[in-house]
Amino acid sequence: MVKVAVIGAGKMGISHLSILGAHPDVTLVGVCDTSKMVTDFLQKYSGVPCYADYKKMVAEAKPEAVFVAVPTKFHYAMIKDILDQGIHVFGEKPLCLSPQEGKELASLAERKKLVNQVGYHNKFIGTFREVKQLLGEKAIGEPYHFTAEAYGPVVTVRKKATWRSDPKEGGGCLLDYASHVIDLVNDLLGPVERVKSSLLKSIYSEDVEDSVYSLLELRSGLSGVLSVNWSDDTYRKMSTSITIQGTKGKIISDANELKVFFREADCPPGYSKGWNVKNLTDFQENVAFYLRGEEYSSQIDYFIDAVQGKVPNVINNFHSAWLTDHAISLIRNTAN
Amino acid sequence: MDRILFGDNQFFAVNHISDEKSRAQAIKFKTDQAIMKVLDDALDCGVSTFMCTTHDRIAGVCQAVLADPARYEGFKIYPCMPYAHKYANAVTELGVAGALKQYVPGNFFGSLFKGGMAYISKDYESIMELMIDAEMKMFKGIDTPVIFLQNVITDLLIGLRATEILVAFHTYIRKKYDAEAGFITMNMPRLVQLLTEAGVSNPIVCASINKAGFRMSGGREVYEETLRSKKFRAIAMQVLGGGAIPPKEAIEYVCGLPNIESILFGASSRGNIENTVSYIHHYDKLKAHGADRPVYV
Repeated sequence: MVKVAVIGAGKMGISHLSILGAHPDVTLVGVCDTSKMVTDFLQKYSGVPCYADYKKMVAEAKPEAVFVAVPTKFHYAMIKDILDQGIHVFGEKPLCLSPQEGKELASLAERKKLVNQVGYHNKFIGTFREVKQLLGEKAIGEPYHFTAEAYGPVVTVRKKATWRSDPKEGGGCLLDYASHVIDLVNDLLGPVERVKSSLLKSIYSEDVEDSVYSLLELRSGLSGVLSVNWSDDTYRKMSTSITIQGTKGKIISDANELKVFFREADCPPGYSKGWNVKNLTDFQENVAFYLRGEEYSSQIDYFIDAVQGKVPNVINNFHSAWLTDHAISLIRNTAN
Repeated sequence: MDRILFGDNQFFAVNHISDEKSRAQAIKFKTDQAIMKVLDDALDCGVSTFMCTTHDRIAGVCQAVLADPARYEGFKIYPCMPYAHKYANAVTELGVAGALKQYVPGNFFGSLFKGGMAYISKDYESIMELMIDAEMKMFKGIDTPVIFLQNVITDLLIGLRATEILVAFHTYIRKKYDAEAGFITMNMPRLVQLLTEAGVSNPIVCASINKAGFRMSGGREVYEETLRSKKFRAIAMQVLGGGAIPPKEAIEYVCGLPNIESILFGASSRGNIENTVSYIHHYDKLKAHGADRPVYV
């Protein structure tokens, strides 16, 4: 059994808590949140010891692993402190507000040989995993262009400020929606190395961007377009997709559906020349406990397995999250 | 409960396998009339129970039903609450307390705040009751014999081990609405176990049940064993496995299972409704008349 504590019981923290609560290899030893209403609820019904001060919780509950799901501005100091105490960390995305901080955390975790993971859940979605597999096999030849997109209805009216609207606290579409998409591009096609130019547009928010449009160049030399908008209420919920054009074909994938076009008959098993349409159901395996999507359980299963030494700590580690932080800062620096 | 229940996913751009189809549905069902046309088709095919989320647009459906009592005699709605995206977005933005403050009606929550946190901490169940009342407002005058808790909330509470809240939902629905409580879940075996242990007898549980094992947490075998051995009223949803199973095969499997009281499906066209309904009748008849016929499990 792995002793786990959770800091932050907002939307993601509560979701992690529930999945951890149902996990057969996990004992929840503590939850920390500043809202007494939330901790009283958890204490009353779940029976998990609750705290308002994370330092006190770590000292008393002695977790082997901690989930950090607080606003991004607190990540660096909290995660550093936890790593210093020799505890494995799962952090919410993005890792840090500056790439220097993220790099330091990645090095620290590596030096101390602690398991470290960030909640970029797209990598645990079956369709995107299949895209990675196809690209690895060079199934569509050499990629020469990509378009990575995410749209959804988060900020759809003008309203008063919350932490989401403060860039110093990790607010804005770039750190939120766009980070998922950049991380997916980094994973599928290679890390972003240069940003040609970017447009950060506000639509309803006053102090932060609601959309991000950017021209990215990757380490491999491949270039493409990033287009993200969290003020688009023609979508019911966040919808992320990637289109990759290659010399031998084309891939269009979102979290539900994968469409692949092959120009020639020479294609991987299970595919044929022309268009192929596959769905999540063709790839996604069942999880033991389901909440909001298989990927949320899968990423936690993977982390707990890594802590137990059953799998290598290679997916979504701090190093890959730092590469995403780095790309985010390049986009910000090139914004017109 | 009726054998066949009609769902609402297609009306609100919920499609588990294609964003493109979602968009096409959002366009097709832009007007309330378009929704009513399909509900009328379902009714003509003998399906008179509509199971739907507490989406804002359901208010339009309720008004249409109330406006023509002759046409909709015997028509029932099973509300499924809450419409989770509304709350999820609010929680991300405002925190749990802020979101509650926004959605719990009236001055109750404000006066609780003024009264101090100690009082609130003892009164989560009252807050839940107020939220149920708020969600149920649009159904006034409509026959709602079963009221469901949505899977995001049911499953969240399962993981948090807050079974008492599930039981409180069950109790309040009976007391206030003279209706039965139902639970939608993606973790059916676990939920049935928890409710049984908590003393809820013969609960109504709606879950993904399909030949492909899609969204059947822990695997198809555990679900089949639960259906065989536990006392509860099962509703099978996502019977097509997100589109992975041909309709005929999908219905044959579900109809062959023991203890499935109802089958929930959604469709956008009269043809598809007719097909699915006729498959269900066909395989039900086979099961009833042919004890020697192969039955799944």
